[in-house]
Amino acid sequence: MKHLLSTENLSAFDAIRVLDTAEEMSAVGEREVKKLPALRGRTVVNLFFEDSTRTRISFEAAAKRLSADVINFAAKGSSVSKGESLKDTAQTLAAMGADAVVIRHWASGAPHRLAATDWIDAAVINAGDGTHEHPTQALLDAFTMRRHWSRVNGTESTGADLRGMRVAIAGDVLHSRVARSNVWLLKTLGAEVTLVAPPTLLPIGVEHWPCKVSYDLDQTLEAGIDAMMMLRVQGERMNASFFPSTREYSRRWGFDDARLRALDDLGMKDTIIMHPGPMNRGLEISSAAADSPRSTVLAQVRNGVSVRMAALYLLLSGDSRGAASNVSQSSKETN
Amino acid sequence: MAENTYLIRGAAILGGEAEDLLIRDGMIEARGKDLAAEGATVIDAAGLVALPGMVDVHTHLREPGREDAETVETGTRAAALGGFTAVHAMANSNPVADTAGVVEQVHSLGRASGWVDVRPVGAVTVGLAGEQLAELGAMADSRAQVRMFSDDGICVHDPVIMRRALEYVKAFDGVVAQHAQEPRLTAGAQMNEGTVSAVLGLTGWPAVAEESIIARDVLLTQHVGSRLHVCHVSTAGSVEIVRWAKARGINVTAEVTPHHLLLTDELVRSYDPVYKVNPPLRTDADVQALREGLADGTIDVVGTDHAPHPSEHKECEWAQAAMGMTGLETALSVVQETMIETGLMSWADFARVTSFTPAVIGRVADQGRPLEVGEPANVILVDPAARWTVDPHKMATMGRNSPFKGKELPGSVVATFFKGHPTVLDGKLNTPYRYPAVSSN
Repeated sequence: MKHLLSTENLSAFDAIRVLDTAEEMSAVGEREVKKLPALRGRTVVNLFFEDSTRTRISFEAAAKRLSADVINFAAKGSSVSKGESLKDTAQTLAAMGADAVVIRHWASGAPHRLAATDWIDAAVINAGDGTHEHPTQALLDAFTMRRHWSRVNGTESTGADLRGMRVAIAGDVLHSRVARSNVWLLKTLGAEVTLVAPPTLLPIGVEHWPCKVSYDLDQTLEAGIDAMMMLRVQGERMNASFFPSTREYSRRWGFDDARLRALDDLGMKDTIIMHPGPMNRGLEISSAAADSPRSTVLAQVRNGVSVRMAALYLLLSGDSRGAASNVSQSSKETN
Repeated sequence: MAENTYLIRGAAILGGEAEDLLIRDGMIEARGKDLAAEGATVIDAAGLVALPGMVDVHTHLREPGREDAETVETGTRAAALGGFTAVHAMANSNPVADTAGVVEQVHSLGRASGWVDVRPVGAVTVGLAGEQLAELGAMADSRAQVRMFSDDGICVHDPVIMRRALEYVKAFDGVVAQHAQEPRLTAGAQMNEGTVSAVLGLTGWPAVAEESIIARDVLLTQHVGSRLHVCHVSTAGSVEIVRWAKARGINVTAEVTPHHLLLTDELVRSYDPVYKVNPPLRTDADVQALREGLADGTIDVVGTDHAPHPSEHKECEWAQAAMGMTGLETALSVVQETMIETGLMSWADFARVTSFTPAVIGRVADQGRPLEVGEPANVILVDPAARWTVDPHKMATMGRNSPFKGKELPGSVVATFFKGHPTVLDGKLNTPYRYPAVSSN
């Protein structure tokens, strides 16, 4: 792995390697001194073209726990007409000696451009691009699910996949990079995925995705699920007629108190409720559901740091980019 | 005068039997076997195909206004090298070609360059804004003699404006060339809506946005008894609608670009904006339908939609990038690859869709004529056996945005005769045609 751009092309081997490494990183987080010297002297740039405090501080914490130097670069509002181009920004970071660029961008495919062009030679990690992918979010979700699934089955989580797990993902799939990354990764790990959404919030072409699609959340619950993931829905979508009103959305596709009770009534005692955050309480998820013992929302945040540590570690000190080869490379450049 | 006399020796005329063509003073003076050289410059055309000079109904020359992207001079050099002897310069310049003054400027620049006939296209509406008809009659009566009107790049989406435009151009035998794109269905659209856009998370440009406008416009054309040309048809559904309209006797013609005959939206998976174009690259099923439509005459012509852009407009994120591809210097090869090598068309068919019919649609006198005695000598010589690898940096166009970069393609233009003058010889630019000094220009 030179870059982490998407889960679509992530092999099961690499995915499980990230999750297993994250387990090791998680142990570091339990220690009194939460720090490893693994990336000492390496520079990680958080390049954010879009606000996302949560994702940025998660990556920042991950890089710092690995002793990397972290530079935060907020390039919000950059466009061709105003401000610096992506190319110039990338070349600037390259000139400063960035070893890894964690990029969040409102435009789908921007991380691919960084990785595919000769603008910069650093490892590129996609921290969410437009409505395309958010691979570290999917990895942290899978990490959370795998721990839960192993506990339920009484097995060891390290080395395991998600075979047999039934996952429902409900919400604005059309505009969700989280949904896309989860669908590909969960399929790779052997889980069965059902997307639940109003037809207006599903992309044309979803029928070719490796998952089931439902318009009915209650039927999906009745069929039995092991994890229920709710996606953030922007209330403004109703202004573009994606749904008639937030109340109607909430009634049909929100995880409300009645559906929380239904999990108990249906005997699904081990089903977890997930949300990538930030939540719209009362729209796609009720407060009771978000705060219930089933909720993994805070565990997801905690696991996010471990998974991002694993990604940074594997990209910057794994296989092909080993420390030794980097030292010899830099000594050549001084000649 | 030997200077104006060329004997093309042994070219396969329209891919048929090898014959000689004697060109003198801008005309084809003789055609036959073993013509006497009579002091003419002899061009050995053994193994080459002689075709009428290609006529592009859809070219963006960018001048005036975006001379950083292309000029009439560079664009028409590219056209000559690509085998064209006439191009229609689209109206979306800056200022927009919506007055007699601007179309006459472009017309004059074309004559001063002398590489091909430059036929300005007039805007349908003032400033391409879709609200008020431009002075179509003034442009038709100008020295540019505009017959084709288009807001290309933007759809004339208001049905009343479209109806009026179709009606009005009847007064001077004009044609409205529509960029069929329903604007509300394509707000923020980035690529073809389908399997690939779903995965890439790029806003979709649905086929129905093109097809619904074409359906509306052919019905309007029938209702008012006018003439419609549909630019860059890109979907299988559009081919079906045009086929239906022609069966009903509606006076509609349609165009397809070389890139829509060869490339699909699978290429967008790279997020490389060189593949960003409007209308977008579609699916393989669409490509096959377009090829069949062109072969059976449903689609009348090939138009390049040559759209050069400065590199900074493509060296960026997909969503930020400009739409468009260059095409003048690859059109012949791509059509050979997709239509001739596949056995769908002959070189005679090629002449029909790249020269004869485009000249009729644009009402271009002296272009798209048969290679017969007494006809104007707009002739190209093509080596169908040649193979070459596309390198945008070696092109005459200023645009480096060729989606065929690195691809090996068949067929090369060996010579282009424009008004009997060789603008291209041995596959290289020669000299431009010079209009007689008495010309009003």
